[in-house]
Amino acid sequence: MSIDTVEREDAEAVLPAPAMLEVKDLVVRYGRGRKAASVPAAVDGVSFTIRPGETVGLVGESGSGKSTIGKAILGLQKVSGGSISFQGSDITHAGSSQRQELGGELRAVFQDPNSSLNPRKTIGVSLAEPLRVRGIPAAEARTRAGDMLERVGLPREAVDRYPSQFSGGQRQRISVARALICEPKLVVCDEAVSALDLSTQAQVLNLLADLRDERGLSYLFIAHDISVVQFLAQRVVVLYRGQVMETGPAAAVTENPKHPFTQALVAASPVPRPAEQAERRRLRESLGVRTAAAVAASAGGCPFSQRCPLATDLCTTERPALRTVGQSDVACHYA
Amino acid sequence: MIPSIAPTATPRKTALAKFSGHRLLTSPGGLAGAVWLAALVVASLTAPLWLPYKTEDQDFTAVLSGPSAAHWLGADELGRDLLSRIFASAAGTLGTSLITVIVGVALGTILAMTAAGAGDRAEGIISRVTEIMMSLPGTVIILAVIGAVGTNIPLIMAILGVLISAGIYRVMLGQAKSLQSQLYVDAAKVDGVGPLGISLRHVLPGLTNTVVVQSALIFAVGMLIQAGLAFIGFGPPIPQPSWGGMIQGASQHVYDAPWLMVPTGAVLALTVLSANAIGNALGKSPNATASHLPSAAIRRKRTADAAAAVAAAPAVENLPAAGQLSVRGLSVGVDGGTPLVTDVTFDVAPGTVLGLVGESGCGKTMTALSLLGLLPSGVSVADGQILWNGRNLASATEKDLEGIRGRDVALISQEPMRALDPMFTVGYQLTAAIRRLGKAGKAEARAEALSLLEKVGIVDARRILKSYPHQISGGMAQRVAIALALSGKPRLLVADEPTTALDVTVQAEILSLLRSLVKDTGMSVVMVTHDLGVVADICDNVAVMYAGQVVESGRTASILDNPRHPYTLALLAADPHANTAHDMPDRLATIKGQVPQPKDWPAGCRFAARCQFAGSACTTPVPLLPSGSEDGEVRCVKADELAVEGLAWLATEIPTHRVLEIVEKDMA
Ligand SMILES: Nc1ncnc2c1ncn2[C@@H]1O[C@H](COP(=O)(O)OP(=O)(O)OP(=O)(O)O)[C@@H](O)[C@H]1O
Ligand code: SF4
Ligand code: SF4
Ligand SMILES: [Mg+2]
Repeated sequence: MSIDTVEREDAEAVLPAPAMLEVKDLVVRYGRGRKAASVPAAVDGVSFTIRPGETVGLVGESGSGKSTIGKAILGLQKVSGGSISFQGSDITHAGSSQRQELGGELRAVFQDPNSSLNPRKTIGVSLAEPLRVRGIPAAEARTRAGDMLERVGLPREAVDRYPSQFSGGQRQRISVARALICEPKLVVCDEAVSALDLSTQAQVLNLLADLRDERGLSYLFIAHDISVVQFLAQRVVVLYRGQVMETGPAAAVTENPKHPFTQALVAASPVPRPAEQAERRRLRESLGVRTAAAVAASAGGCPFSQRCPLATDLCTTERPALRTVGQSDVACHYA
Repeated sequence: MIPSIAPTATPRKTALAKFSGHRLLTSPGGLAGAVWLAALVVASLTAPLWLPYKTEDQDFTAVLSGPSAAHWLGADELGRDLLSRIFASAAGTLGTSLITVIVGVALGTILAMTAAGAGDRAEGIISRVTEIMMSLPGTVIILAVIGAVGTNIPLIMAILGVLISAGIYRVMLGQAKSLQSQLYVDAAKVDGVGPLGISLRHVLPGLTNTVVVQSALIFAVGMLIQAGLAFIGFGPPIPQPSWGGMIQGASQHVYDAPWLMVPTGAVLALTVLSANAIGNALGKSPNATASHLPSAAIRRKRTADAAAAVAAAPAVENLPAAGQLSVRGLSVGVDGGTPLVTDVTFDVAPGTVLGLVGESGCGKTMTALSLLGLLPSGVSVADGQILWNGRNLASATEKDLEGIRGRDVALISQEPMRALDPMFTVGYQLTAAIRRLGKAGKAEARAEALSLLEKVGIVDARRILKSYPHQISGGMAQRVAIALALSGKPRLLVADEPTTALDVTVQAEILSLLRSLVKDTGMSVVMVTHDLGVVADICDNVAVMYAGQVVESGRTASILDNPRHPYTLALLAADPHANTAHDMPDRLATIKGQVPQPKDWPAGCRFAARCQFAGSACTTPVPLLPSGSEDGEVRCVKADELAVEGLAWLATEIPTHRVLEIVEKDMA
């Protein structure tokens, strides 16, 4: 699977500025051997690029492969095909020592504020861990942990407390602090604000936006909520069953979705204005998208064909390729 | 869930202190076992100081004698005092059993941690190897070792440990794998912490409890096997006393001096039992049952107490119409302590949906649970009335509530899976509920279950009936949970964040389903949510809660389009859904600080510490007053002023100079 990555790397070297992250034809299968071959790939030929300072949003329903892509990038999940390169170097199959070298530059914030911090360790110990791994002395690591806590709006004294002593929003800010403590270039945020209340969610989103502006960070912002994604992301990638359905500028994808699935996704996201919401509901119902029942994707065809109101015979036999429609790239025969 | 927001002081405990202490002390068996083992070790180590005889002293007058004044437990075939020998050799015997424990548990744990951390292939190999180990005839191997090297007890016990480690590996593997899958382990991996570091720092501490429990159990096994070997003649070399040796000696006199076996055997049995008792005591996790819901007994007692308290309140006037819910001045609090919800008043007319919105910790769930008498233990209704169908549920007995719950008033929760028992099929649970609530026959109940599932929009209902909860998706599970709630034909449905865990596409379908159920059956719904979009979609009326109070209530359209309370303004300004990509601000509005804990509620407006418009008038208690828009009410002294001036909640900025300071410090 990595035979042709070498060529690809050479080709990339010619490009002027390397992308922060380049994902090409990524395939991830869970399980091994016969079992892996029998289930559809969790990620099936996904490509996208994140430029320095850019935030790319990854949206889709539960099980569409968003987290799997994040995990593959972070080296937490084995890649079955395709390539991932970070700042121009191939990290598709990077071992833990190569990861450790770039660990400081490529970091993560996870969803669940309850399990993303070890409940048995103090905040200080958790925050210092990434620094200690890099050989920074304990005293200095502790000071930096305190500084970083203040930056995310928590008191320095928090270093001696345990995660259970903080609210969900506070814990999530601690997770952000942990991710940013060693000056990363790219942060993978997997549902980083989904578990939070509105006002705390806004605090963390603002914090992520501020830190991006201050430090020129890039984010891969994974979320199921397209409105949240649209706040932070310049570009959006819409996934369905491990495949990219639509990708383009955030405003174009969210306000003028071209793919039937994106249309359904946008229409289903409720807005807090009753009259407009009633309108959206009518629109959603008129789209006639079939319910998300557990139907198997037809092999080879469009993965959305079982639910798509526009599906034809062509859709069930031929997988549509991404093609440019307006400002976006859309994988639909009829977009 | 009792709101816990701000850091609270929890005493620090090491992992070790956490399990041993109270669990051992609260179990009589475990305590007795621990006392016995400790006494045995102390007695054995101090034996030369107090024992009446030396272990090798021979009293030929007492050969093979039973208990006597000179030899309390009798003497063996060489006239040596049994009591002295048993106690003197206890430490040695326990020590050799400890070898099995250390080898077995250490090896098993290391194998489990390795398998859990090193990926599928390594796990496969290790599991194969341990399977082979488990299938080996242990006795034969040990006898072969004895044949080759003689009765070297420490070596034999070590080999036994190796054989046992396979079983321990099996016990540990699942737990190690679940610890490995925690997000904080992923986070550490991203940091570049190596597999060994992960195992030692993040996995091992979580295994401590199991390690201790297994050790106690293996310890008992080790002693038994040692004794068994001795009994068949493979005890330790004769001169040094050991329990094994004594049993071996006694086994040769089973017919002529059966007593000889009794003291050693009894002490051995007691010790084995002690080790098992300790293992059992430590293994019992005290809060394994759902701790968020009180037991029926506690609820019964509590409602009796609460009923007494609430009965003192003025008698109910003007009972509302059937199907109408009227909550009047409801207060919920920790028994004899802090209030959690105060003076909540709202009405839900038949066939309408009321939204309870607010951040977590504002008392939404407490209010909702009190409607069903399902408050967690230690929390109860302190004041007010919950009027439903002509009765006051706040003063109803548990027995009355049991008759109402699930029938007249039903609950669906955020975690649909929690409503479903993983051990039974969906069909079994649904029919059981239908039969319990409706007294229907088996076939009837099954038909009813099928029609309920179809009613909640499940297309292949027959297949779902046969499925186990883990085989269906979250959206499907929530539909099943709704079907379960509908099985009692409720007239009031309390829905606690029913769509929060679902995809927006599925959420939209569930909301449509609820809307049509309300329309078709005329039931009413109290919908707890933090999502203002959900409120806009389905609620007719809304009550915004903050810090245990309703701060604004009224028609959904007037509240969301024309909010009067600063908290509602702020929530809307913080919601990214309120904006489209084009008018998306650079920063969302936030509310500084966080919801205060109940004990920290100020006497004045509870929102004052976070409010952009707070002034001196806000420090006295603020009543809920008509807002002037339809029949809405608002709890803010400046509500009129804000409405007239059309003030908006501003996005606050983080002072960037502070930020730069910190960044510079980082670089230095
Ligand atoms: N460890 C695993 N083993 C086997 N299959 C898995 C595993 N993790 C995920 N999957 C499967 O891979 C697919 C993609 O899952 P993934 O977690 O990436 O989705 P997601 O888009 O992040 O969903 P969510 O929004 O629920 O987080 C799903 O079909 C899922 O069931
Ligand atoms: S390709 Fe066909 S089935 Fe797929 S989204 Fe387009 S119209 Fe629908
Ligand atoms: S009463 Fe005062 S502090 Fe409270 S919400 Fe109104 S303006 Fe703000
Ligand atoms: Mg995910």
